Amino acid sequence: MNAETRRNAPVIAHRHLLGIEALSPQDISALLDLSDTYVELNREIEKKQDFLRGRTQINLFFESSTRTQSSFELAGKRLSADVMNMSVTSSSIKKGETVLDTAMTLNAMHPDLLIVRHHAAGAVELLSQKVNCAVVNAGDGSHEHPTQALLDALTIRRRKGRLQGLVVAICGDILHSRVARSNILLLQAMGARVRIIAPSTLLPTAVDRLGVEVFTNMADGLVDCDIVMMLRLQLERMHGSFVPSTREYFHLFGLDEQKLSRAKPDALVMHPGPMNRGIEIDSLVADGLHSVIHEQVEMGVAVRMAVLDALSRNLPGGGNAP
Amino acid sequence: MTPTHTQPVAGKRTILFNARLVDPSVSRDETGGVIIEDGVITEIGHHITQHAAAGTDARIDCSGHLLIPGLVDMRVFTGEPGNEHRETLATASEAAAAGGITTFCCMPDTDPVIDDIALVDFIRRRARDTAMVRVHPMAALTKGLKGAEMTELGLLKEAGAVAFTDGQQCVSDARVLRRAMSYAKDCGVLIVQHTQEPTLTEYGVMNEGEVSMRLGLPGMPSVAEVMMVERDVRLVELTGARYHAAHISCKQSLNTIRRAKAKGLPVTCSVSINHLTLNENDIGPYRTFLKVDPPLRAEDDRCAMVEGLADGSIDLVVSDHDPQDPDTKRRPFAEAAFGANGLDTLLPAALSLVHNEEVPLARMIEALTAAPAGLLDLAGGTLQPGRPADIVMVDLNTPWIVTPDKLKSRSKNTPFEDRQFEGRARMTMVAGRIVYELHA
Repeated sequence: MNAETRRNAPVIAHRHLLGIEALSPQDISALLDLSDTYVELNREIEKKQDFLRGRTQINLFFESSTRTQSSFELAGKRLSADVMNMSVTSSSIKKGETVLDTAMTLNAMHPDLLIVRHHAAGAVELLSQKVNCAVVNAGDGSHEHPTQALLDALTIRRRKGRLQGLVVAICGDILHSRVARSNILLLQAMGARVRIIAPSTLLPTAVDRLGVEVFTNMADGLVDCDIVMMLRLQLERMHGSFVPSTREYFHLFGLDEQKLSRAKPDALVMHPGPMNRGIEIDSLVADGLHSVIHEQVEMGVAVRMAVLDALSRNLPGGGNAP
Repeated sequence: MTPTHTQPVAGKRTILFNARLVDPSVSRDETGGVIIEDGVITEIGHHITQHAAAGTDARIDCSGHLLIPGLVDMRVFTGEPGNEHRETLATASEAAAAGGITTFCCMPDTDPVIDDIALVDFIRRRARDTAMVRVHPMAALTKGLKGAEMTELGLLKEAGAVAFTDGQQCVSDARVLRRAMSYAKDCGVLIVQHTQEPTLTEYGVMNEGEVSMRLGLPGMPSVAEVMMVERDVRLVELTGARYHAAHISCKQSLNTIRRAKAKGLPVTCSVSINHLTLNENDIGPYRTFLKVDPPLRAEDDRCAMVEGLADGSIDLVVSDHDPQDPDTKRRPFAEAAFGANGLDTLLPAALSLVHNEEVPLARMIEALTAAPAGLLDLAGGTLQPGRPADIVMVDLNTPWIVTPDKLKSRSKNTPFEDRQFEGRARMTMVAGRIVYELHA
């Protein structure tokens, strides 16, 4: 496909990517298909494309992040965008500036793509109402983290050839996890069967209303799973004690080889990172044959390139501009 | 000297005629008129027509609109003293007048807290000098709203506090509340409690349930309210104190109140207009103007509130007016302040329930007038001869749309933005003096 045709082909009809909830199964498939092309590109020697030449991308992170921020940065750079990283945890917010003030200030600099992570649910959506550029949610509180769900889906789809009909167990701190919410929404939209496994203290109220099967015993929950997704125990978001100790948590909910043996023999083990080895996952499993944890990181860059590409086509001057 | 709006004009005789008179305190609903002399209602009934107007100084043709007692709103937060940029007693009173409210109680959650007779006196003087409607302070039940030591209930009552409450704080220490109740019974004062177990709601920002789960927001479970109502009812049983649960929000709390009333305990409760007309789904994409405490609950709970109001289990309706500015509201949901503007829209929102046939007109007006006036032993809330001429002319049917900029309140955080209502106050009178007229 030459550059001109490519730019005129719409991928999704959205201005922003704020969450999986707003995406249709067609949107999700389209983004995954586009991501596949970027996986191939990223394995070439020459990785640079000029689709975002002239565009400015700002990574606005109100919460510290290493892998997501660097993944978005690399994605933007490989598409020739001018990328700027802003870590607000250390600057304005300490001086009392609000999210909206920061957003308006950045907006005045005419960015085209704004990648935002914030510790409060809904903050990215609030911000998107006030700026003229495309906004990508890179994680808002315990709400959503759509690019993580997309990269997880891409990893699974490339390994298993499909999402439809797979049994996926999401285990651990569901309550504080935006990754869990986005993954549940995406996997169910694509026809996978989702189980969640956690102690009751780490399950959100009414989570069964999402149509998932809920288990509080890990051995039962893992039986015949195709995919085991582990979540990090988010100690920094916890007020008070949700589990008696990390030792007890690892004993009951940490993924070790014995618990993993309950899943299908070809089950994949996933983790969004960063991992707490010895708390939610045993090193032997994390580094074992079932683990696709490093592949997830690779898919992350491809998915983010696809998202930036797709949204840029809908910007003024993009092929699919309104 | 600022004019004192709530004082009657001496020697003036006014007639209002051609009205539908609705006064639930005496089961009145008839066409007729009212004669006012020296700020007091002297005559009312169907016999008062425009021909009975001999010797009057002012004649007002009501064109068939309703005349009802001025509304009494017993839960209003202002910013005076301490946060005058959000609301003063004067701006709150303008909003009240425009909303048909002729009397409101201001809450002690100010800076400084109204927990001392000097502050009660300050509020009364400021209200007298600057407010267009009657304002009665409620005083803090515990010093500094800290929930530890009771305030001077006896002295504060004499200074003019109409009831005692820790406002948005719940007195959660059972020993403190038990003692305060015992003492309050001796003083004959009413205790108003924000019923919520604080340890269960500390980090919560909305009702706990499916919606909070989907939005990824920490929840406030309804059981936090229910258990506090249940506990407090036990303490009422023990002490015999007069107790009012401020703005309950869920079905099970209502059932507890019903059981307490059936036992003959001196327990009453109110509901805010927000919990009668909105539910948690209205929060939609993180609309902070709908972030209130107690939180908006499920539709089931809203229906239970409406039913409880209609059958009288819930005694009265409050606006729970809580002005907030953009600095506190234009933030991510979890970080935004609680509170919704309500004085301007209390009556129109209440009428929407009447139009939907959820609550009969007479019951709704009673819950906004006679019920709170009776509970607090205030002179208003009725159109009987000999009572102050605090009267509202209400247009029941004309549709209009809520535009935040047009609200009289200094803050614009209305949960009813762009809502279409039918009916509103056309004219508001306090002590026979017109304090508001609608210029459509």
